[in-house]
Order: sequence, then structure tokens, then C-alpha cells
Amino acid sequence: MNTSDYFQLFSALAPEVIVVLTALLVLAADLLGLQDTPRSYRMSIAAGLTTVGCAGAAGWMFLNPVVRNWHNGMFVIDPLNEVVKAVILLLTVFTAMLSVEAKFTRHVGEYFALLLLATVGMMVLASTEDLLMVFASLELVSLSLYILVAFDKSSRQSAEAALKYFLFGGMSAAFLLFGFSLLYGLTGTTYVPRMAHKIFTLGPDPLATVALVMIVIGFGFKIAAVPFHLWAPDAYQGAPLPCAAFIASGSKVASFYVFAKVMLLGFSQLGWGDGSSAASGWIPLLSIVAALSMVLGNLAAIRQTSVRRLLAYSAIAHAGYMLIGFLALGGEAFASLLFYVTTYTLTTVGAFGVLGVVEAQVGGGSLKDFAGLSRRSPVLAACLMVFLLSLAGIPPLAGFFGKFYLFAAALTNESQSLPFLWLVILGIAMSCVSLYYYLQVLKQVFVVEADENARPLAVPFLAHAVVVLLAAATVLLGCMPGWLLDTLHAAIVESSW
Amino acid sequence: MLAWTIYFSFAGALACLLTPRANPRATRAVALGTALAGLLCGLMGAVQFKPENGIEVITNVRWIPALGIDFSLAADGISVTLVLLTGLAAVAGVLFSWNVEHRTNEFFAFFFALIGGVYGVFLSLDLFLLFVFYEIAIVPKYFLIAIWGSTRRDYAAMKLALYSFIGSGMVLIGMLAAYAVSGLASFDLQTLAQHSFAPEFQHWAFPLVFVGFAILAGMWPFHTWAPTGHSAAPTAASMLLAGVVMKLGAYGCLRVAMTLFPEGLKMWQHELAALAVTGIVYGALVALVQKDFKFVIGYSSVSHMGFVLLGLATLNLVGWSGAVLQMFSHGVIAGLLFGVVGRMVYDRAHTRELDALEGMGLLKAMPFAAVTFVVAGFASMGMPGFSGFIAELQVLIGAWQAFPKLAILAGVGIVVGVVYTLKTTAKVFFPDKPDAAEAHEDHAHELEPISVPERLGAALLILCTVIIGLHPRLLLDLIVPSFQSPLFDGLRKAAGL
Repeated sequence: MNTSDYFQLFSALAPEVIVVLTALLVLAADLLGLQDTPRSYRMSIAAGLTTVGCAGAAGWMFLNPVVRNWHNGMFVIDPLNEVVKAVILLLTVFTAMLSVEAKFTRHVGEYFALLLLATVGMMVLASTEDLLMVFASLELVSLSLYILVAFDKSSRQSAEAALKYFLFGGMSAAFLLFGFSLLYGLTGTTYVPRMAHKIFTLGPDPLATVALVMIVIGFGFKIAAVPFHLWAPDAYQGAPLPCAAFIASGSKVASFYVFAKVMLLGFSQLGWGDGSSAASGWIPLLSIVAALSMVLGNLAAIRQTSVRRLLAYSAIAHAGYMLIGFLALGGEAFASLLFYVTTYTLTTVGAFGVLGVVEAQVGGGSLKDFAGLSRRSPVLAACLMVFLLSLAGIPPLAGFFGKFYLFAAALTNESQSLPFLWLVILGIAMSCVSLYYYLQVLKQVFVVEADENARPLAVPFLAHAVVVLLAAATVLLGCMPGWLLDTLHAAIVESSW
Repeated sequence: MLAWTIYFSFAGALACLLTPRANPRATRAVALGTALAGLLCGLMGAVQFKPENGIEVITNVRWIPALGIDFSLAADGISVTLVLLTGLAAVAGVLFSWNVEHRTNEFFAFFFALIGGVYGVFLSLDLFLLFVFYEIAIVPKYFLIAIWGSTRRDYAAMKLALYSFIGSGMVLIGMLAAYAVSGLASFDLQTLAQHSFAPEFQHWAFPLVFVGFAILAGMWPFHTWAPTGHSAAPTAASMLLAGVVMKLGAYGCLRVAMTLFPEGLKMWQHELAALAVTGIVYGALVALVQKDFKFVIGYSSVSHMGFVLLGLATLNLVGWSGAVLQMFSHGVIAGLLFGVVGRMVYDRAHTRELDALEGMGLLKAMPFAAVTFVVAGFASMGMPGFSGFIAELQVLIGAWQAFPKLAILAGVGIVVGVVYTLKTTAKVFFPDKPDAAEAHEDHAHELEPISVPERLGAALLILCTVIIGLHPRLLLDLIVPSFQSPLFDGLRKAAGL
């Protein structure tokens, strides 16, 4: 390899490099120059730098659109990856903005640097088709997130959540690595498409089955699907709010994207069982995981009194819906999955934004603390209604169209036998359950009156802006889903999926 | 012209929300203006409408091309009839909720969001669009009952929301399956109706979609939301629930389930008719023994909606047009009945117990209410000269041709209807305990007099039922030719017409 190649690689990696440099800059600026200034000032500077860095990275991607594959899939750039990376950057910016008012830490520089490092990990995760790189970048994401969860040093819950998240995450990494190494032993390559070809030509092999199960377990932890979900409610509850929002959004997008890529690229041609060429091996497995997640997540959410835990269980349920997008195989289903993940994460960040204001101003995040919110802050209440109804799947909000498209894609794939009809029925039935608990929250917000002495909430400007922006996006993506849909379709076609 | 009903209503909802909370008079003015604008648009549309043209397309814009979804609104005689009904119910609803002082602006915002959704359903030609409007109507219902309702409002509101959502979930499954199986990549109702689905498919898809819609139409045994919902709801909301929301369900049965799966209707015709007649008789019998005034009307709604479903199941033109006419007729009469019970009686007497009302001397205290209720009661019983007579007669004739035995049973239901109406009227307004009435003479004077808006609303509705009763061709000339349009080709073929 000569030097010009390195230069090209460097310029292709520029978005990631920009984010890394931003991380270093934030760290340096905060440690060297701003130690004596008030915390809110430091927070604003750091968040501003983060925003500029992320915007720069995204801008670079759109100004220099390349399609290339370096070193057998070590680093791949195609339009689809860029869309996913743009979404991740956007989520990072929103998380940073939500962090500005947070009071849980004095270590501003470290906090934002870790946030940005996690973002870099997610970006690399999105643009690689090599198992080694997948593992390395996943570790970068995970390690940053473990620390972020523990960042509230004054809170025991935060420490407990981090420990739990770390232990579960470590286990999942072990499973994943075991699965990857089995695959490498079997095929002699870590490049996913080549590995897929090897597996296909090798034919049915018990080792491949074991590897597959290991990989599903490993990623199952990351996306918090039942039965690998146990860390999620505690992590959501104990983590500082912006970190919980980030785990629920950015990490979700990246994990789902890479999981889908490994499964669809790597195993979609698996020929075993009855000899059918479709991925008959893992479809039953994932169907069960999806069904369990939908049922357990939604049923457990009913009993929650803490809104964070409620959102955590609803996240588990939504992971179940998203898994349906895997099963249908093919571009349409993949587009529907990405649409769902994108709209879901935007909505969730918005809900966390509202939750953050309520926690900070009312002093708690249980259902009762939302009582009379419609009087105390009408705008936040209206936005929360948009977010929760979108999560429940009420039109014309983005969540409805996401579900609709996902289910339509699952059914149209093999439209004569309708193999996934039962999952679609289960999914729709479980959405009815979910409406119940989302309405429980909204009942507190709109129906129950606040205490006598409850005053209007003083909502920070930035939180207001983020929440309103996200609510508008939820409505717009629901009313005009064509825009994101066409982008995804075009990207998928160009990326030759 | 007709499409403006939808836009006006949603704009009105927003305008009501933005009026100052402290100034309910402004809100009422906006609300009345919106409702009148909707009614006027409906009337002008009806005058311009040429029934012999079949379906008139109003707008047709590509919406989400990737899935073959259009924003297409269209009207035939059935839609026009129901749009008029909605306009009437909206105006009467505003007039009867003139006394809402608690969070007036939000009340009317939810009210018109519901109305807008209802107009939208009646005018949609695209299945997806129809479904979107259908679901938009769910959330406002919940809040109208939960915030402004009375007896057990939490329970009733949640029950109604979940029943509606489950029903729409069933519709969604059937709709997605039909989309997938047809392979037409279109949600246009006319296109889908021309596709002949395999009989095995229709065998399960038809009952799924039909029952999904019929839950909202109060079909026995899924009617239980109706009495509780109607009685817990504030007056305007019960007027809308019984007046138009139940029609949404029946309209969906006719417009979607029956046109898409005509063979399915043929297979399930007898079962459906049996359920409908059970509803008629059961509703009437239960109304006979109710102790709560509103529950009497609630169960009578179940009974009268049974006629709609029976008419739909007859598979002949007389039955169908009778069913549509009954939708209109019951919408007007039920609105009137709930207006009297909820606004005139309950808001003043603060009780709905028949035994308590008996001793209040309501005849002397509010003669206007007594007269209105007697007229409405006659209309509801199906006395000649009122709209209910023509409608139920047509349904019975149609039913006689299709299933004579069930027609006789339905006739029994009418007789029971006469009994409970007379019994209730006598008990509330003409008690045979003159002493008790004398004793409460003083109490009677404390009741505030019937206000002008109430008189106007009642007069409007009475006028409608009388006009249609005396000159039913006004509507029948709209309704009957509709069944000749290509949308109903398959249905007519299945019926052998």
C-alpha cells in the first residue's frame, strides 16, 4: 500500500477523525482553560464544540460522497452508512444539548469527550463489514457508555446501574467474540460477505449453528431483546438522564444496523435444514426473540410507576417490533427497519427530554410527578403527547407509519403464504396493550390536576428547543414519511443490497 | 367543497386551543363558527353533488408513492349523507356544551379533532387514509371522557380507547393482509375492491375486518364500551359517540369489509344477522331494566345500531339503503336523546337515577325538556312521521327477504323499544305520584331554565328527523344510486343483483 492510499483512507475517515479531534479539543479546552469558570458556562462551551464537531463531520460526509470499500470491508463507505452515521451524529447533538442543564457532574470535559468517543465507535460500527472491526468498535462504544452510566458519582443507583450494565455487557461481548471466532475458524475470514459465501458452500454445519446462536445472544444484549434485557430497566433508571437517552437512541441505531448487516449479509443464504436457501436457520430463532420481547416488554411496562422504567420496558418491546424487520429479508424490509429505528430513537430522545425537565423541576420521575403537567408547561405536555402517542403507534405520527411500514414489509415479502402473519398479529395486539400504559402517563399529564401550590415549570430554553424540534420532526415524519423513505430506498439501492 | 369540512374542523381545533383560557366566550364563538362552517360546506357539497355519477373524486394527490398510498378524498351518496349528519351533530354538540366552563378551549379542541377525524373517514377513498382518520378519532374521545366526564370516567374512557384501538388493530391486520395478498401495491379502495380475493382468504379476512369496525358500531357482544362510554362522557361527547362515532364503525363495515370481501359477507351473512338481532333484542331488554337515565339511552343505541348491522347483512338493496338511512336517523335521534338527558336533565338535577328524577316534578320544572324528550322518544320508537320509522321499516323489509325468522325477532325488539321508551318517559316526566311532585315544587324552581342554545340545538335535530321522516327521498335519492357505483360491483355480484 502506498502513501496516496493512506491519504485517501484518511480523507474517507475524515468524519470520524473530526469527531475524535473534537473530543480531544473539548477535553483540552475544559481542562486547560475553563477550570475556574462556572459550570453552566463550561457545559455550554463543551456542548457547543460537540455540536460544531458533529455538524462538521456530517457536513464533510455530504460534501464528499464516496462509495468505497477499504481492505476487504474493514472500512466501507456507501450512501446507506452515511445516512445511518448522520442519524447517529444528530442524536449525539441532541444528547449534548440535553446535557447542558444537567448538574450531575463537575467533569465536563471528560463527559463530553466520552460522549464523542462513543459516537466515533458507533460511526465506525456503521461503516464496517469486518467482524474484527465490528468487535473493536462495539467495545469502544460499550466502554464509553459504561463510564457514562456511572458518571453521577453522588448517586448509588448510578454506580449500581453501571456495574450491572458492565457485567451484562462484558458477558455479551464474550458471547459475541466466541461466535465470531467460531466463524473465523470455520471460514478462515472475517469479511462478512466472503464468510457468507464460504458458509453457503460448506453447507449445514453444527459449528455455524453454535456461532449463530452466540451472535444472536451477543447482539441480543446490545439491543435489549428478551431474554437478554435484564440490564435495561436498571441502566435506564440509574444512569444520568442524557446518558440514558443516548443508550436508548444512538447505541440502539448502531447496534441494530450492524446486527442486521451481520445477519442479512452473513447468513441470508444459509442452506441447511430442509435445504431451503432462505435463512431458515435463524428465522425461527429471531421470531421467538421478537415475540418474547414484544409480549414481555409491553406486559411488564404496564406495572411500572417510574417513567424511566416504563420507557425501558417499552424500548424492549420496540426492539421486538424492530426484529420483525429482520425476518422479511430484502431491501424493503431493511428500509422499514431503518425507518423505524430512526423515528423511534428521535421520539425516545424527545420523551427523555421532557422527562429530564420534569425530574429536574419537580424532583422525581414517577408517574405522579407528571400530574398537571398540561397546566404547568403546556408546550412540554403537548410534545410529550406527541412522543408517547407516536410510540403507541397513533397516526399521523412517525411511530404509526414506522409500524405500518414494518408490518407491510413483513407481509409483502412472501405474500402468498404470509409466514409472518402471526408475528404481525402479535405486534398489533401488543400495540393495543402499549396504548394502555402510554395513556396512563398522558392521563397524569392532562387529566389529573396538579397540587394547589404547583407553579409553572421554568423550562430551560435549550430543552424547550430540543423537545419542540423533535416533536415537530415526529409529526412531519409521520405526515410526510416519503422524504426519509425515499432517502433510505435510494441509499439501499445504491449500496447494492 | 366537501373536503373543506375536514380542513375547517382541524383548523377550528387549533383555533380553539389558541383562544385564551380565561375567555370561554371567545372559544365558544370560534367553536360555533367552525361547526357551522362544516355544516355549510356539507350542505353545499350535498346540493352540488350528483348522485347518478356514483363516486365523485374530490382530491387525489400522491402521498407515499413507495407504498402506493394516495391522499384521495371522494364522496358518494353515502358519504354525503354521513357528512351532513356529522355537521348536524357538531353544531348541536357545540350548542349543547355551551355551559362547559372547565378548560373550555381544550374541550373544543379535542371536540373538533374528533369531528375532523370523522369527516375524514367518511370522505376517504384510500384505505390507508381512511385508517389514519379512523385512528385520529380515538385519542380525542379518550380525553373528552377522561377530563370532562362523570361516573367512572377513567374506566369508561380507557375502555373506549382500548376497544377502539383493538378494533382498529383487527382492521389493520386485515388491511395489511389484503394489501400483501392482492399484490397490487395500492391502497386505493376501488382498485382493491375490483380484485377478487380467494374465498379462503375472504373467509377469515372478512370477519376480522368487519368485526374490527363493528366493535365501534356497538355490535353485540362487543358493545359493552357503549353504555359505559356514553354515560360517562360529557353531553357533547355522548352525542358524538352515539351520533357519529358508532356510524364510523358501521360505515367501515360497509365501505371496507363488505366491498373488499363480498364473498366473505355471503359466507358469514347468517351469523352476522344473528348477532345483529341479538343486539337489537338484548339492547332493548337491558334498557328496560336500567336505573340510570343515560344507561337507558346507551343500551337503546346498541339496540338501534343492531338495525344498521342487520341491514348490512341482508345483502339486498332495501336492507343496505335502510341501514344507511338508519345511521343518519339514529345519529340525529340519539344526539337529541343524549342532549336532553345529559345537558337538560343531568346538568340541572345532578342525578340520573330514574327513581330520584321521578320525584322532581321535571314536567313542570322544564316543560321544554319534557316535550323534546317525548318527541325524541317517539322518533326513537319508530313512529311514522319520523326518520326512524322509514329506516327501520326498510331494514325489516330487507331482512324479511333474507332471513324471515330473524326479521320477526327484530320486530319484537321494536316492541320492547316502545315499552322502555314509554316507561322511562312516564317515570321521569309523568310520574304517577302527584304528591311527590307537589312536595318538590319548591325544588323545581331552583333549576335554571332551559337556555337558548339548548332550544336551538334541540329544534335543529327535531327538524331534521321530522323532515327526513316526512320526505325520506331527500336522502334516499342520495343513498340508493351509490350502490350502483363500481366500488360496489363485487358486492352486487355476490348479492346476485
